[in-house]
Amino acid sequence: MTEDYFLIPDFGLDWLDAGGPEADIVLSTRVRLARNLQGHRYVCRASAGDREIVFRTVARAVNRGALPPDTALMRMNELGRRTQQILLERRLVSSELIGEAAPDSGVGVAVSSGNAVSVMINEEDHLRLQCLMSGLRLMEGWNRVDKLDEELGGLLQLAYHHEFGFLTSCPTNVGTGLRASALLHLPGLVLTKEIERALRGITQVGLTTRGLYGEGSEFVGNFFQISNQTTLGQGEEDLLDHLNRVVATVITKEREARQVLTRDAGAITEDKIWRAYGLLRYARALDYVELMNLLSGVRLGVSLKLLPSPPVYWLNRIMIFSQAAHLAEAAGRTLSTEERRAHRAQYVRQALRGESGSTTTDPGV
Amino acid sequence: MSEPAKVCDGQGCDNPAVVQLTQVVDNKSTTQYLCKECARAKGISAQPPSSLDVSDFLAQLGESGSSESESVTEPCSFCAMTFDDFRESGRLGCSHCYTSFEPRVRRLLSRIHGAGQHAGKVYLPPDPSSAELDRRIAGLRRSLQHAIEAEDFERAAVLRDLIRDHEAGQR
Ligand SMILES: [Zn+2]
Ligand SMILES: [Zn+2]
Repeated sequence: MTEDYFLIPDFGLDWLDAGGPEADIVLSTRVRLARNLQGHRYVCRASAGDREIVFRTVARAVNRGALPPDTALMRMNELGRRTQQILLERRLVSSELIGEAAPDSGVGVAVSSGNAVSVMINEEDHLRLQCLMSGLRLMEGWNRVDKLDEELGGLLQLAYHHEFGFLTSCPTNVGTGLRASALLHLPGLVLTKEIERALRGITQVGLTTRGLYGEGSEFVGNFFQISNQTTLGQGEEDLLDHLNRVVATVITKEREARQVLTRDAGAITEDKIWRAYGLLRYARALDYVELMNLLSGVRLGVSLKLLPSPPVYWLNRIMIFSQAAHLAEAAGRTLSTEERRAHRAQYVRQALRGESGSTTTDPGV
Repeated sequence: MSEPAKVCDGQGCDNPAVVQLTQVVDNKSTTQYLCKECARAKGISAQPPSSLDVSDFLAQLGESGSSESESVTEPCSFCAMTFDDFRESGRLGCSHCYTSFEPRVRRLLSRIHGAGQHAGKVYLPPDPSSAELDRRIAGLRRSLQHAIEAEDFERAAVLRDLIRDHEAGQR
């Protein structure tokens, strides 16, 4: 029953719509809360039976309306491998939830696609609430996830300590349990070689940077995720304010860098952008990192209005639907590495040619 | 995208790489694989706080001379985790661990966060005591103040309603 949700092509993908503020630079905002149930061992010490009890307790709260009515509750071990991977590629679950080290039962996710909120069950903590939205919308994300927390907290006894706040398995999350992040596309700072200074500055003001897919992941396609590092000692609004201010500064710096690029290296920049577009338009095989780097050039071109199309929304879609599990799903079978590269290139060509439902007209021909 | 582990590209460095830094320069994408130290030297924070860092913090705590009595802490009465287990994994086993290892956890938290007292949202359990209700209302007032300063009147209205509900419940 659960896999039917994937017949809905955009399940859990509202954050791709590029409708939020600063969406040409900020791909997405994520706000997540770590919570645990009082009186139950944390996941690292839990038996299969313990996990099952927690899962059922949370499921009961979900069914009693803690999450919006459109919520889909899925158990990971009832999903096929590819479906799990699709959830990961859509950033609805973490690799901890489906990876080789993940428990084989009692783990799952509840997703309200229409409200951009989801809850992972028995990840590192019993509950990981998240809101994922387009553009820079930290406060809105916080309001949504806080509302969810209120609902769940009213039905479940959460682990809380008057001095340490919300208790988490890893002490780095204790207190608010809040991790908020913005995913920024910063090709201007990379091309003007200002990025290292910017990242150092971000670290110095107590924030962290990482790659596209969170913890330990790589910097690909000039995407940088900025998030708060500490969770104890400050209120949620203050943590978010600080992050918001720093992200706004980085956006300003990125826009300045782009101005410098067009002013001092306009012809070179334009050439690079069109070359990236051309490669995507005509390549017959693409690996994902290469695709991401070329898309970065096109995204920059669209933002600078050097390329008339495609819209940012369409670039976001390409990023998601050209990943391995999405390509396999579209092909209806497992693909070898070579096949995947070919399928990816074909998907991108079609997307840029305006097939697959895009309204884009081809400016290059 | 799982690839075999790579060695750091830093000069004369053979550590395993944990970061892939891809830059597009002169129409060529150059990729560097860096270890944590070399990434940090380049001003790139390779990883968020993780179990590794927690272990680092714990190692530091050990060096800074914990007293005899503390080094023979009893295991957690609820989940049977020992402090050595925690030292190894960087993860606590249950809520009771926080009180079982309280002095050490307190020191650890103030090292990690530079603070020890929760200043965020106050949790209201399903059957709150009046003290819990008081703390909760105080917390909501702080958020309300914040919302008013930020001119987020929609949020402020929600918070005002919540405060009113709680105060009604108190009487
Ligand atoms: Zn190195
Ligand atoms: Zn314990």
